[in-house]
Order: sequence, then structure tokens, then C-alpha cells
Amino acid sequence: MSDDSLLSRRNALKCMAYGGAGTLFALSGGVLAPLDLAMAAGDKQGTAKLGKPLFVQISDTHIGFNKDANPDVNGTLTQTIDIVNGMTEQPALIIHTGDITHLSKAAEFDTAQQLFSRLRTTEMHTVPGEHDTTDPTVTEYFNRFGKASDNKGYYSFDHSGVHFIALINVLQFKPGGLGTLGPDQLAWVAADLKGRSSSTPIVVFAHMPLWTIYEPWGWGTGDADQLMSQLRRFGSVTVLNGHIHQIVQKVEGNMTFHTARSTSYPQPVAGVGSGPGPLKVPSDQLASMLGITSISVVKHPSSLALKDTALA
Amino acid sequence: MIRGRYRSGPSRRGKALLCFTAMIGLFAVCGPSAADPADATKIVVKEFMFAPTPLTIKAGSTVTWTNMDDEPHTAVSDSGLFKSGGMDTNESFSFKFDKPGTYHYTCSIHPRMVGTIIVQ
Repeated sequence: MSDDSLLSRRNALKCMAYGGAGTLFALSGGVLAPLDLAMAAGDKQGTAKLGKPLFVQISDTHIGFNKDANPDVNGTLTQTIDIVNGMTEQPALIIHTGDITHLSKAAEFDTAQQLFSRLRTTEMHTVPGEHDTTDPTVTEYFNRFGKASDNKGYYSFDHSGVHFIALINVLQFKPGGLGTLGPDQLAWVAADLKGRSSSTPIVVFAHMPLWTIYEPWGWGTGDADQLMSQLRRFGSVTVLNGHIHQIVQKVEGNMTFHTARSTSYPQPVAGVGSGPGPLKVPSDQLASMLGITSISVVKHPSSLALKDTALA
Repeated sequence: MIRGRYRSGPSRRGKALLCFTAMIGLFAVCGPSAADPADATKIVVKEFMFAPTPLTIKAGSTVTWTNMDDEPHTAVSDSGLFKSGGMDTNESFSFKFDKPGTYHYTCSIHPRMVGTIIVQ
């Protein structure tokens, strides 16, 4: 890894400690180098070194939420979109990791789509959150976003040499348990990865964490181990999710797990209070607890295979 | 004269009867919450819990869940018998249980939240 990326990572960790408008990530030879987005926006030289951002992750927009924790979720999503539109280099893709709406209502989805239409980057990929699938027939989300997955909720695509896998873990919930991927989806992942070179950078995204962060609040996916065992052979795996409205990160071998902030309202730290509900903070602190994640490819992905060697 | 005043008021037996009637009246006021099935089939969803659970009801009763949290919740039957939509703060969902049995349900947004209804 170059000194530049080490410096970037150090800066990022510093910024994450202080909080900020968002977090910028760079896929640097298979390792994420996070940078604070607010700092990156004011440091064009620094972001130029990171190359073209591949995608920005937006999560937990909760359109329709109107309680004290944030009475203006449309406003904070608009601010988020302004930040993305203001980036020096526009990302190729937008990824939304679920809870687009608060109550799965048609009007909420319509408002969300209207707000998203302001994004300069038009290619958006989504997965649903459990708040998007509470309508009795579970049709509002799929009527709008189901095409990519043939209404299954899981699908894959490639961009700039990176293989993206979108997964759904909010439908087959187990009473008293965590999120579930289910055998059909896991079998599909196995088929999707079969024959794929281990040097291909993989980005996996779902709504609920694909690693157990806090079981008593359901912050995890019960059968995620069966997914991880399939991903372990790859040199660069980035696992992204939303759901918990705060940044939590871990690195395990070549796999980096990262949860995104929400654009709507913060949630308590695991285990604090009666449950994972909206957290009311002083209004001048709210913006610092909301944000997005952006991921860049430092070099052309064809050179990422070389970087994989350094990680082994 | 003291004794005379007693005689002029209600007899001791009459006072006891009055007191008993008042107690009956008290029961009449407080009773329904415990005895009326309409009130005994309410489930409060608060602080990420269903209460009371388990809830025992008679066949033919209608159960109403009301969400008191700032976070939405649902009540989804494990067997697929019933499924509420997302209940926002102060919103309710009702379902009539016709057949005796034990019914487990879960909040699909927070699957750690589970409850049971026993229909007799």
C-alpha cells in the first residue's frame, strides 16, 4: 500500500472520530481507505488522488418519518443530494441500502423518487429495508424497484471491473431472530460467484448488517456465515449495509464490513435504551450524525489484481 | 338526645344495605376493564414489546394492537393468518379470532418482538 493511502486512512480515522457530513471510501488495492466527505469536499487535491468515485451509498432515507428526531427528512435528503451533486468528480453509481420509506406507503415512495431525480448521477441500485416491505402485499417497493431483480430482491451487476451483489435480508425474518438470506438466495450467490476470478473486487450490499453487531436488537443476519464462506476466497470484498443509522466498521482478512449513516435520523448505540428507535439529539448536532458513504477506485480495476497480492 | 337522633336516621341494617349497594356500584364502575371482553383484547406496543403477552381471549373476540412508540411496528402471524401494515405512532390494527388455538406473532420490522394469543 502506498504512503498516500496510509495517510488517507489516518486522516479518515481522525475524521470519523470527530464525525462529519459523510464518509468517502476508496477501493485502494482491495482495501478501503475512508475519508471524511466534508473534508474531501474542501480538499480537491486530496480527492483527485483518489480518482473517480465509483459510487456513493445513500441509506435509510425514511421518507415519511415526521417525529421529533427529524421533522424534515425530505430536507436532510435534499442536503445529502446537494453534497453528492457538489462532488468534484461525480460517482458513476448511487447505491441505496434500504429503508427508502418509513411506512412503505405509495406517497412516500413517490416523494423519494422525486427527490432522487435531482441526483446528477442517474444510475441507482437499491435493496429494500424492512420499512419498505410492511405493506400487506409487499408490492409498493417491487412495483418501483423490482425490475433489476425480477422481483426477487437479489441481483448482481458489474461496473468498472467491480462485481456488485445486491441482497435482500428483510423478508424471511425469523421470529425472535435476525435477518435471513434464505437457501434460495444463498444458492443463487454460489452460482453467481462460480468461475469468477478471485482477483475480482466484490462489493456486497444489503439493508441489515451481514455480520452480527448486536443480536438483542436484531442487528445481524442469521445465515450470513454461509455467504461469507463463499466470499472468503476473493482478494477484495466490501460488505455494505444500512439499518443501524450509524457507522460501525470491522476488517476481517480481505473483507471490510461497513455500516452507513442514515440521511434521516440517528439511532442509539447498541444496547442503549429500550430499542433501536429514533434518537433525539440537539438540532445543531443532527447533521453531524447523518451522512453517506462514497467508494472510489484508485486505479483502473485491471491493476487491482496486483494490489491483491499485497494483502495476502 | 343522642339515642333519639340515631332512631331518626337510617337504621343500622339500612346503613349496611346502603354501604353494600355503594360497593356494588363501585364494582359496576371498575368492573368492565376486567370483565368486558371488548377491553380485555387490547395489546399495547410500547418500548419494543407487546403487552400483555400471552393474551388469553374467547373465540370470536377481536384483538386490537396499538403502537405507542415513535418507531413503527407490525403484528404478523407466524402462520400467515394475519398481517398488519406498518403501524405508526398511535395507529392500531385489529383482527378477529374465530377459532380456538395458540397464535404466535412477530413484529416484522423488529423480529425480536414476539407475542402469543391463546384463543379458548
